[in-house]
Amino acid sequence: MTASVATPAELRLRVKLAMYFRLFALQGSWNYETLLGTGIGFVMEPALRLLPGGVDGPAYRAALARESRYFNAHPYLAGVAVGALTRAELDGVDPVRIERFRTALAGPLGSVGDRLVWASWLPFCSLVAIGVYGAGGSPLAVVGTFLLLYNAGHFLLRAWGLRIGLSRGVNVASALGNPVLRQGPLYIACAAALAGGIALPLALQRITGPGRALIGAIIAAALIGVVLLAVLRERAQGWRIALGVLALFVLYSVLT
Amino acid sequence: MSLLEALPIGLLGALLGLDVVSFPQAMVSRPIVAATLAGAFIGNPPAGLLIGVVLEMIALDTLPFGASRYPEWGSAGVVGGSLFAAQPAGMPGALPASLLAALLTASISGWSMVVLRRMIASRLERSRDRLEDGSRAALLSLHLSGMSLDLLRAGLVTITAMAIFAPLVKAIVAIWGSESAASHAVVVVIAAVVAVAALWKIFHSVRHVLWFFTAGVLVWAGLLVTR
Repeated sequence: MTASVATPAELRLRVKLAMYFRLFALQGSWNYETLLGTGIGFVMEPALRLLPGGVDGPAYRAALARESRYFNAHPYLAGVAVGALTRAELDGVDPVRIERFRTALAGPLGSVGDRLVWASWLPFCSLVAIGVYGAGGSPLAVVGTFLLLYNAGHFLLRAWGLRIGLSRGVNVASALGNPVLRQGPLYIACAAALAGGIALPLALQRITGPGRALIGAIIAAALIGVVLLAVLRERAQGWRIALGVLALFVLYSVLT
Repeated sequence: MSLLEALPIGLLGALLGLDVVSFPQAMVSRPIVAATLAGAFIGNPPAGLLIGVVLEMIALDTLPFGASRYPEWGSAGVVGGSLFAAQPAGMPGALPASLLAALLTASISGWSMVVLRRMIASRLERSRDRLEDGSRAALLSLHLSGMSLDLLRAGLVTITAMAIFAPLVKAIVAIWGSESAASHAVVVVIAAVVAVAALWKIFHSVRHVLWFFTAGVLVWAGLLVTR
């Protein structure tokens, strides 16, 4: 290991902001060959310019090539990897060790992020917004609630990931034991289920409108459909079945 | 709808389609937002919100895990929202027909994302030597062109979908034969079934989750009784 080029505290705010802003464009070149890899290189690039020799130096070119190879993670938690790998490159950590570290980091960042964001936070925020609609909320209230709530978590998570990665470097693995990452999805899932129980019937009631002529038939049909989809869980996608049923109904309504 | 009228909608679809994966993933592409914004563009945000809520319930079934293939809801939300908001109020076929157009757009747009990712991979292959040499220009070019192509992709999907579905939905609404109540009921049942099944698919492994859902339903029932 050689001497550090710049400690996290010494990294200029401008560089950190550039990396943070680029994190939002991390998946701009997502593809089936390198997945997030080229995005990781793109986000780290402003910090790698600090390596000896600058953008024309061999250290910069070697680091940029290394960091643009295959990588996978949840996009919101990729900041942890970006920060940690930046720290490692600026500290002059052995490239072989960096490669091993990259490989080890990818899996956990993907699964933890998927559980926390896609399978908890996003459905929770969706259901809260649907609930606001069901409660009679205006378009601005519904959209505002969803975007503010969701992005409070989103922006903070990206910022936390970059900060923790930059400060801990290759020792960042312990940060993934953070209680929010480990237990958060369970609590959010329970909150989402509670919100769903209130929000879905409220919203469906508002969509159906006044009058309860068909309410019995709607509830019966919905129950049968839910049971069928639950049974078919692994074999069919609900939205595809919805598309097929809707297409048949539209056809029927046009032909009769 | 003329090309001139479709252009602002196409631009909105392009921006929201970009949000799905490339930039900034702030979920302005979720149908509850996209359809409402499109409705506001047409001058009828409540209609956009209504179809946006229905699409959002269906979209709960397709969360963007890892490298899985999923429908693209940003452009689809814009198409669904603008089609429904443009129909005269009280037309029974407007919601089912616009919803069908939005779901078809989501499916086609999802496929277009797969094509785009293959195109980026092929561009990457062509510039692999330069990337392995640590070329900053090659990396920036690949990344920025990927984002630009995604913007273009979403815009083209939106404009094409509007060009096909705007006259089609108008024609379907004009000859619609089912009653208004039944038409709404079918949409409500579809949304309810997909949303509840999606929640079960996502959360079934969490302990006590069914109790929390039941508690929520009881709160709703309480609200219904006390109102």
